[in-house]
Amino acid sequence: MAWLSPFLAAAATLAIGFVLFSILGKNPFAAFYVFFVKPIDNLYGFGELLLKASPLMLCAIGLAAGYRANVWNIGAEGQLTLGAICGGGVALAVPDGAGAWALPLMLIAGAAGGMVWAAIPAWLRTRFNANEILVSLMLVYVATLTLSLLVHGPWRDPEGFNFPQSKLFADPALLPNLLTGTRLNVGFLLALGVVFAAWLFIRRSLSGFQMRVAGLAPAAANYAGISARRTVWLGMLIGGATAGIAGVNEAAGAIGQLLPSMSPGYGFAAIIVAFVGRLHPLGILLASLLMSLLYLGGEAAQMGLALPSAVTGLFQGTLLFFLLAADVFINFRLRLIRRAPAVASARTVAAA
Amino acid sequence: MSIAGASASAPPAAPRLELEGISKAYPAVVANDGIDLSVMPGEIHAVLGENGAGKSTLMKIIYGVVKPDAGTIRWNGEAVTIASPARARALGIGMVFQHFSLFDTLTVSENIALALEGDAAGAGLDDRIREVSERYGLPLDPRRHIHTMSVGERQRVEIVRCLLQEPRLLIMDEPTSVLTPQAVERLFSTLGRLAGEGCSILYISHKLDEIRALCQRATVLRGGKVSGECDPRRETSSSLARMMIGGELPHPRHHQATTRGDGALAVRGLTVSAADPFGTDLAGIDLSVHGGEIVGIAGVSGNGQSELLSALSGERPVDDGAMIVLNGTPVGRRGAAARRALGLAFVPEERLGRGAVPEMSLSDNALLTAHRQALTRRGFIRFDAVRAYASATIARFNVKAPGPDATARSLSGGNLQKYIVGREILQAPRVMIAAQPTWGVDVGASAQIRQALVDLRDEGVAVLVISEELDELFEICDRICVIARGRLSPAKPARETNAEEIGLLMGGSFIGAQRVARSEASSTGIADAN
Repeated sequence: MAWLSPFLAAAATLAIGFVLFSILGKNPFAAFYVFFVKPIDNLYGFGELLLKASPLMLCAIGLAAGYRANVWNIGAEGQLTLGAICGGGVALAVPDGAGAWALPLMLIAGAAGGMVWAAIPAWLRTRFNANEILVSLMLVYVATLTLSLLVHGPWRDPEGFNFPQSKLFADPALLPNLLTGTRLNVGFLLALGVVFAAWLFIRRSLSGFQMRVAGLAPAAANYAGISARRTVWLGMLIGGATAGIAGVNEAAGAIGQLLPSMSPGYGFAAIIVAFVGRLHPLGILLASLLMSLLYLGGEAAQMGLALPSAVTGLFQGTLLFFLLAADVFINFRLRLIRRAPAVASARTVAAA
Repeated sequence: MSIAGASASAPPAAPRLELEGISKAYPAVVANDGIDLSVMPGEIHAVLGENGAGKSTLMKIIYGVVKPDAGTIRWNGEAVTIASPARARALGIGMVFQHFSLFDTLTVSENIALALEGDAAGAGLDDRIREVSERYGLPLDPRRHIHTMSVGERQRVEIVRCLLQEPRLLIMDEPTSVLTPQAVERLFSTLGRLAGEGCSILYISHKLDEIRALCQRATVLRGGKVSGECDPRRETSSSLARMMIGGELPHPRHHQATTRGDGALAVRGLTVSAADPFGTDLAGIDLSVHGGEIVGIAGVSGNGQSELLSALSGERPVDDGAMIVLNGTPVGRRGAAARRALGLAFVPEERLGRGAVPEMSLSDNALLTAHRQALTRRGFIRFDAVRAYASATIARFNVKAPGPDATARSLSGGNLQKYIVGREILQAPRVMIAAQPTWGVDVGASAQIRQALVDLRDEGVAVLVISEELDELFEICDRICVIARGRLSPAKPARETNAEEIGLLMGGSFIGAQRVARSEASSTGIADAN
């Protein structure tokens, strides 16, 4: 059931979509085609699918490492933004004729930026027992406003007609293209590499094992001498690092400069991706493709069906909602019982 | 036909309770298989069996918590269906559970009022509590808060709560596991009074001596079936054991300790305030265990055992590093991992959730504490080595499991405990601490675990055992001390003391003298945690 519930949730989401489109006066089947099939029926669309999946899988795998240890990092969006700021800051300093050192330096800077942003809730949790959910979430807004400050002020492109945007990055500071005819860049391969490395860490390293124990049985972790503080630090920093890399990927890849908004909510959508993917690397890969499709479909639906932009968020939220509902049935079974006199009532009974 | 308060000598009386062919099966095990049982009015009837024989399930069926798959229950001759505990109570069946359900922050009278129906819980309840508790020799002050009471006193609350509902059948589930020997005698006289007034008593236990002293009839369960019925007063412990486990009760081979190893644990003036507001503070605990001996700490639960264990194992380090000295190194401030690196091994009281992660396999659980046994290379897990270690543990300690990939929670209590003990022993520790090593474990596995501890002692390891079972401590320990209200009595050689003396110490008789001696000895005085 643990592996079936994501599929059930997806099916339920589709059913809701069906009803929704009908209510909005669109032909549901046509709407489904526009939403799910049309965006990827050509090479460019396929590239977009993978392009949008990269930041999702990067953020999600980092978050999953923490979630397995009961470290609830909700601020991936902010860590992504900081990654973009730091990586983008380095990129803006890269001159036109620079060598191959530019991109790795940017990536390191981006990862470091994300880690610094994640270190704040980690420190507050280990030192003051402050709830990392609240701190990391609030820091998202701090990060967004910081970015806005930078692109409106010191980093604004002087030849940008007063638009709040930074200079375009020089060529050596841009991620090379991977597939001609699409916008897909090397960042996708990097994302796959990070997912693989994270899998190695979670499944095969002693630290990863210890983090899993901390999430499953905190008393056993304490008994085994696993430091709870170290678990929190590792959980937050890993999430911060991968989100930071995602931020640099966006800045140096699809966008090519710094803008006030670097992501349409990838950091938050990654939370859904992590859970739909069951905190497992392969599941996260598949779930990030699904979520990416929802993004593309939402954009297509706005253009082709004149649907409001909220339709994307609606589908994402519905998916998570049904996933949580389906998860109840992993441990419990619905049983209709007959009570005398012949009145049937439904009760959930603990499955044996 | 109902009989009110008649003694057992009245002419052909219907049994108060009769079970016929009761069966209950769960997915993994048949808990009860065609069980017949009958209890006469005013009779004290023992239900005897080792852990896992099906006693708890049977009692839950009688008390309405569980529905049987097959069989009939007759109450005073009439067939009844006991659909819920409320229905059982309405019939007149009361049950005192092994694990109490009392609210620490409420008073005795408030806790009892929660269990009684509406109007019975009104004014006058305090007086009724006082009257009933005095009458049966279990005096209680209705206005005391539960958290101020010892475990034995809390059990009295549970019993009085049942008695106020005027039961005709009282079920007692392992009542003496939380009592000192003296308190056990008081309980037995209470039960005798109750039986004399016509109340039947079902007494569940695995302690043969107590059953022979108290009960008039016994039904013995083995593997879910009735393996015998007898009058325990006419049986010997051996014959009862044979019915219970099909053989003799095993005793560990226990020679005089000869090897003196170099491992040592020394505790000096350990004073810790409890983390839990309802826990017990430790005050000035002095203890030393040297290699090649087993020291036992006796005591009724709730007197500071868990606080002491957390301090010794490193799960809750103390402020003063010198209070705990392991093999010559002060380790009080160090965590569990550091102490393990110095040669400490520890078997905790809770198997699932603390000693092992329930959802993980036995291999993964081996990695939990044994990762220093060459099970990792440069931070990465060597899966083959882990499996080999787990398999070796399973083989050497007779763990009945399908293999190292079985999840921890799929094992029975006894087998999981054997695995945890084995995992710790195979790390070749120099100091071993075992807390309640055979709690909830069947007789066969208990014997193997105790033998493993004795063998460890023979190899020169310092072993500390904390247990609530006096018999176990006298069986394997070289020296015994008692923990009461957070203080430790001086350790005496096991051969120079007996259960009655230890029982008195468990009541705290040494504390006054200890306080006086301490305040005389030191000029500044040891800070009293009380």
